Amino acid sequence: MRLATRTSQYVVMILFAVAFLAPLVWMVSASLRPEAQVLSVPPKFLPTDPQWDNYRQIFELIPVFLWNSVKLAGLNVIGILVVASMAGYAFARLRFAGRDIAFMVLLATSIIPGIAYLIPQYIVFRHIGWVDTQYPLWVPKVLTPVFATFLMRQSFLTIPQELEDAGKIDGASTFGIYWRIMLPQTKPALAAIGVFTFLESWNDLFGPLIYINSENLQTLPVALAQFQGEYFTQISLLMCGATVSVVPVIAVFLFAQRYFIQGITMTGMKG
Amino acid sequence: MATISSIPPTRQQQPAPKYGRAEAIAEARRARRKQNLVGWLFISPIVVGVVAFQFFPILVSMAASLTSWNGISAPKFVGLKNFTDLFSNDPLFLQTFKNTIYFTLASIPLTIGVGLILALLCARPIRGVAFFRTAYFAPYVTNVVAIGFVWFWFFQPDNGVVNGLLSQVGVTGPQWLSSSSWAMPAVILVSVWQGIGYPMIILLAGLQGLPAEYFESARIDGAGSWSRLRYITLPLLTPHFLFLLITQFITSFQVFGLIYVMTKGGPGHATSVYIFNIYQNAFSFGKVGYASAMAWILFAVIAAVTYLQWKLQKRWVFYS
Repeated sequence: MRLATRTSQYVVMILFAVAFLAPLVWMVSASLRPEAQVLSVPPKFLPTDPQWDNYRQIFELIPVFLWNSVKLAGLNVIGILVVASMAGYAFARLRFAGRDIAFMVLLATSIIPGIAYLIPQYIVFRHIGWVDTQYPLWVPKVLTPVFATFLMRQSFLTIPQELEDAGKIDGASTFGIYWRIMLPQTKPALAAIGVFTFLESWNDLFGPLIYINSENLQTLPVALAQFQGEYFTQISLLMCGATVSVVPVIAVFLFAQRYFIQGITMTGMKG
Repeated sequence: MATISSIPPTRQQQPAPKYGRAEAIAEARRARRKQNLVGWLFISPIVVGVVAFQFFPILVSMAASLTSWNGISAPKFVGLKNFTDLFSNDPLFLQTFKNTIYFTLASIPLTIGVGLILALLCARPIRGVAFFRTAYFAPYVTNVVAIGFVWFWFFQPDNGVVNGLLSQVGVTGPQWLSSSSWAMPAVILVSVWQGIGYPMIILLAGLQGLPAEYFESARIDGAGSWSRLRYITLPLLTPHFLFLLITQFITSFQVFGLIYVMTKGGPGHATSVYIFNIYQNAFSFGKVGYASAMAWILFAVIAAVTYLQWKLQKRWVFYS
């Protein structure tokens, strides 16, 4: 009986796993097929004669898009970690006039849907000549990490006071205490925010779509969507591009899964 | 900081001389001023950012919603005309509103329901569970462009995978993305497929945090696994369900990416959702004032529904 339930559980879990992975497997397999066989009937999930040359072709087209994606993800991750950890530290551990009000006001802004300020933001950026540059894809994000600040504050609150006091006795400056003593204690939170920010930047569709017109500034996923008729005329090549756009994300996810899941549960259900 | 620690320790032990009191007060005031300065320096990047990139645009957006404005020439004040036009004069607005409700009402129960099943499966100690959890979660981290492409080909009526599988069990599949009645179910299916990882992780964390004693005593009382689920697990998870209902409503009501990649709102306006309509008005048609009014209606709807969910929680959410 016990064996029967266990077996049936495995069967159900495997069926679900097939349903969740098959489209991704198909994407990789389609990227390795000759164009004529991409949409074969009945569908094939494994290529019989892998066309590695498809990837050689795609890598002649996409390095600039790939670099744009990497660059923007890097700027966003580093910028948000610095800004959010400084603010989170101040809100958690420093005493200053107006601190609690400032914190409440910051949190309150997060209930306004982004679309409400994205439209005027676009007009302002057009006014100062930022449309068709990459600034709108990182400057406003790096300077408004409200949620990450909230998480960093929670993380700094859990650090024992003695550590900070020890730093004060040694005569360290406030910045020194933050940077050398407190920040290393928040590595799990930093990792969770870093992974989230990377994914969000990498997978962003709306921002690059409205701001970038020049193809040499476009990110990889959005370039695939925008130029599918122009450069990526073949489905197999499109699937190569899609695969390349997914691999870094899956890699980061597999590598940092623990922090990612921690981040979700931390933001989701605490208290 | 430096001024305090530079005072020799011996001086603190002596009784303060008379003239030192005013000096001490001045010193404390200086220290406090320095504390305030340091604190605000630490938060200055985010304060400047939120004021410049959120507050200011929010005010502009509020004002813009009362104007006729193309974003380039001077805005013209029109009062509440945008709002009255939207409700009385814009069939597309009403249709995208309805489409969004359709999308939201179908995807929320599916996402949370299947997410619960997966969480229950993954909560049992079983070999290889990490692999399965990762597999179910993988679509959640994949970008919508790649996902949209794959499913676009899957839903091709004649040589797509979905109808291919259906024909093997003797069913003739519909036209999917080119059918005005089947395009939305197709998009919902993909959205649920992609989004399920999130509720699964939240509910899994909830399941792992449940107190074991409840289950022990239920087992002693002879409760079967179904009644343990029905009368213990599910009630204890209700706070997590409330959280998921609130967050899933907010995200589903603002769905955009998948629609943009898979259907561009079509065929006709069958899958045109609210944010897609705002996007087109603001960025394709240059109707900035009109689009801003729509954004504030969206805010009102989200705020009202969230408030309602919060108020209604005492009817069904169980706090142990």
